[in-house]
Amino acid sequence: MAYNLKEIVANKPPVFVSGHRMCAGCGAPVVARMIMRALKEGDHAVVSNATGCMEVSTCIYPYNSWDCSYIHTAFECAAATCSGAEAAYKALKRKGKIKEDEHTKFITFGGDGGTYDIGLQSLSGAMERGHDMTYVCYDNGAYMNTGIQRSSATPHFADTTTSPAGEVIPGKMQVRKDLTEILVSHHIPYVAQTAALMNFKDLYEKAEKAIYTEGPTFLNVLAPCPRGWGYPTDELMKINKLAVDTCYWPLYEVVNGKYKITYKPAKKLPIEEFLRPQRRFKHMFKSGNEWMIEEFQKEVDNRWEELLALEAMSEKNLVNNE
Amino acid sequence: MIKINKESPWQDLTPGGTMYDAGNSLEFKTGDWRSVKPIYIEEKCKQCGLCFPVCPENAIPVNKEQKREDFNYDYCKGCGICANVCPFNAIEMKEE
Amino acid sequence: MSIRERLSGNEASAIAMKQINPDVVAAFPITPSTEIPQYFSTFVSNGVVDTEFVAVESEHSAMSACIGAEAAGSRAMTATSSNGLALMWEMIQIASSLRLPIVMPLVNRAISGPLNIHCDHSDAMAIRDSGWIMLFSENNQEAYDNLLMAHRIGEHKDVMLPVTVCQDGFITSHSIENIELLEDDVVKNFVGEYKPEHYLLNSKEPISVGPMDLQAYLFEHKYQEANAMRNAKNVILEVSKEFEKLTGRSYSLFEEYKLDDAQIAIVCMNSTAGTTKVVVDELRNKGIKAGLLKIRVYRPFPAEEISKALSNVKALAVLDRADSLNACGGALFTDVTSGMFVNNIYIPTVNYIYGIGGRDTTAKDIEGVYNDLIEIVETGKVDNPYRYFGLKS
Repeated sequence: MAYNLKEIVANKPPVFVSGHRMCAGCGAPVVARMIMRALKEGDHAVVSNATGCMEVSTCIYPYNSWDCSYIHTAFECAAATCSGAEAAYKALKRKGKIKEDEHTKFITFGGDGGTYDIGLQSLSGAMERGHDMTYVCYDNGAYMNTGIQRSSATPHFADTTTSPAGEVIPGKMQVRKDLTEILVSHHIPYVAQTAALMNFKDLYEKAEKAIYTEGPTFLNVLAPCPRGWGYPTDELMKINKLAVDTCYWPLYEVVNGKYKITYKPAKKLPIEEFLRPQRRFKHMFKSGNEWMIEEFQKEVDNRWEELLALEAMSEKNLVNNE
Repeated sequence: MIKINKESPWQDLTPGGTMYDAGNSLEFKTGDWRSVKPIYIEEKCKQCGLCFPVCPENAIPVNKEQKREDFNYDYCKGCGICANVCPFNAIEMKEE
Repeated sequence: MSIRERLSGNEASAIAMKQINPDVVAAFPITPSTEIPQYFSTFVSNGVVDTEFVAVESEHSAMSACIGAEAAGSRAMTATSSNGLALMWEMIQIASSLRLPIVMPLVNRAISGPLNIHCDHSDAMAIRDSGWIMLFSENNQEAYDNLLMAHRIGEHKDVMLPVTVCQDGFITSHSIENIELLEDDVVKNFVGEYKPEHYLLNSKEPISVGPMDLQAYLFEHKYQEANAMRNAKNVILEVSKEFEKLTGRSYSLFEEYKLDDAQIAIVCMNSTAGTTKVVVDELRNKGIKAGLLKIRVYRPFPAEEISKALSNVKALAVLDRADSLNACGGALFTDVTSGMFVNNIYIPTVNYIYGIGGRDTTAKDIEGVYNDLIEIVETGKVDNPYRYFGLKS
């Protein structure tokens, strides 16, 4: 069926409902809600959520913003928690305690802190064990919940409260970890990187594939944070667009090991376009710091070339196999 | 309606803090966070749908005819993403 | 009706788990409890149980997966020791606070460091105030019996708390002893089906588990948990009575061994109680009125009942197989003495730290403790209440 945004928003329940307490303009609820809309009608969902912004603002006793089942246990173990619930589902189904025609999907949400860093082991374990679940990392590039501390997802040179741009050290001196590639290396059936763009087609379709592909699947979703990145709250969609048009955040998927870039900008924009509107990169635009932008550009270019090569290799292999 | 509140005695709380009414935050209104307010100008709206999904609060109701209606100010926090994405200037941000 | 077997403590635990046939077992190997998930995964591989076995990548994930599974509406179990328990400590608190009756055999071993794989109780003591019901077992039979009763206790509507069943690493976990097993269907009937009221997989009533619980609510939730722990005492007694009807094996909150008319007594837990019983018998043969109080239920701690049971002795020794490193005595010692204090019972009492890191505990050591108690009775003096035995000095 052709993608129809209006139909989806009009007819599919939001699941992630209003009355949550994420900051005004936060990118995370926008992506999380669209992912939850990818659930098929009648399917039950169990959402496991790592400690973080999303958890502390969507499940505050006695209120919750999840029109499905939801569990939060701790910071580093959302994937393991989810895997336990999924194991229970398998066992109860086998024992006939859950009806054959009843379907439950298992979806985990973690920020970059709970996914790239403290929860990496738990995620890796759950993916390797082959649970039928989807892990969604909403990547806002720092520990935003505790007040913008650097994570291994924080971009090079970014100014955070634990990698402050100072007189001697100009921000975070390490490049970001490529989590999506780490997940690809788990040889799971579906891995994708996505963001909320225009009509949300890329995000929605990847969410649908991830949720309805049997086995462990992973989505890395860009979730801009106006407070942590330092841009006006109304600029969410512009920032998303710049992230993909500069190829800072390439949109691609890896289906059974085959790479496919799902969006190639007609004109790849220089990285300054993405960096300039954000306060966390402000120091990079001081005179004398041009090298930082050059280095950043080089990293983005290298990564983009690598991705193009991986896609080309996948296509070649496909042709050879046919 | 949720019966638990800050004055509830221990006997009334649910064990372990588990909540049995999914999605009850609909009863928690976040509209009072707002300092700027989006105004929907219906005549200018072409129902293009770009604003439907960008609201972090799900405060833009879309009816079964796939048309948006006026804002739900109970939840709107006034972030302005909707006004920013509108190509037809059909949403205007006004100070409260 | 019962089946006579010869099994190690670990085998007995694994067989209890097989007969319970839980929905999910999530475990990570650690000496000396490794055999439990090993035996159990063999049962899974051979289709003897219909459990989903989750071979997690750490103990932290083991407990996280158990929490997810139990909250989902299934029966979940794991087994661990020492550092494994230390790694899952964070989740131990969360399991109980979410009121999930997970059951876990804990094969006691010294917590690092330095690294040691042998028995002491420093692992169990590190979770003593975590909202878990803690049952201790003298031998393989008790480890088996306690496990069979654990779900009935933890899942009771007045309790809803996780349960751990302790036994001594290597000393009982790896020693083969005689044991009486129940038949599978008898266990099945006794343990019954798990029917939680609210659970994640119920699509008709979706729930939210594990909220942010701020100033207005956490205190009350903790009070509910504390209350559940208080309720557990009666539930343990009821379940034990029912178990006795079934098996003839009698269990209470603690075991009194020749304590009725005892003038000197020892309080201890797990396998040391077996050694102590031998010494009590020898001393009784010599006309010395020695007795023993063996703790079975350490949490909830039956302070009042213990104080009453000890009220007539003239001198008392509490044996702690873990040092609290607090310059004033072990955890069991503190529990027993504070229990006696608030129940207005004063008895000269000494504490012995012993058996650390698997140091042998011999009949001679225990005899030494009773001799010290005799001296205390004679002189009426306790010059140093915080003592050690088995320490090379």
